[in-house]
Amino acid sequence: MIQIMLVAAGGFWGAVFRFGISQWVKGHSVTSFPLATLFVNIAGSFLLGWITATEPSDSIRLFFGIGFMGAFTTFSTLKLENIQFYRKKQWDVLILYLALTYIVGILAALAGFLLGSR
Amino acid sequence: MLLYMWVGIAGMAGALLRYGLGLAVGLVWEGGFPLATFLTNMAGSFALGYLTFWLRRKPSVHPYTSLIFGTGLIGSFTTFSTFSVENIQLLHSGQTVTAVFYILFSLIGGLFMSWAGFRTGSGVTKGGDTA
Repeated sequence: MIQIMLVAAGGFWGAVFRFGISQWVKGHSVTSFPLATLFVNIAGSFLLGWITATEPSDSIRLFFGIGFMGAFTTFSTLKLENIQFYRKKQWDVLILYLALTYIVGILAALAGFLLGSR
Repeated sequence: MLLYMWVGIAGMAGALLRYGLGLAVGLVWEGGFPLATFLTNMAGSFALGYLTFWLRRKPSVHPYTSLIFGTGLIGSFTTFSTFSVENIQLLHSGQTVTAVFYILFSLIGGLFMSWAGFRTGSGVTKGGDTA
């Protein structure tokens, strides 16, 4: 039961922070490039890499790892934004967005992991 | 402020569904390939594509529906950070081939599932992009 509550609480705040960042970026950004999703996915990958490398307790893993970081980052929105570029035939933006997310995201996880293993 | 609370509650449900699916997959799958995250991300990509384009045909539905169920529920159900870290762990333990397949399947599979959701959600059965 406590496991479920930790994941739920983490998921609540992860979603709220992601939504808050996307609303803020929407109000301040001058580009249609999905900066908010790119930012949460890279920052979340870095932080989860860090948390994972510190070999956290179950409570921290459930709240921050599975709950918060899992909900803070998103895969479905990334893919939907790509489909929207595909529909507008913005191939260059689509490829740039995918490359940035996957390459920088995985490198960020590695950087976090290395930092956390020291 | 109320909207934030609803997005949070939906995010709670999304994270719990992901956690539950992970536990369920863990009972039947012990291979090196991170099947639970992969299935979560594929299902969520389809669902978000479907929901988003289905809602465009339903202007009477409250505009918050997309934010609560799309951004909140499905957005939290799927995850990118777990995907990235699982790849680092695969590479760290020498499972390079699995990592390469995981990245390629997620990259291409996710696009396909989102596209399939968009097509079915916009009511396209065959032919061109009419949505």
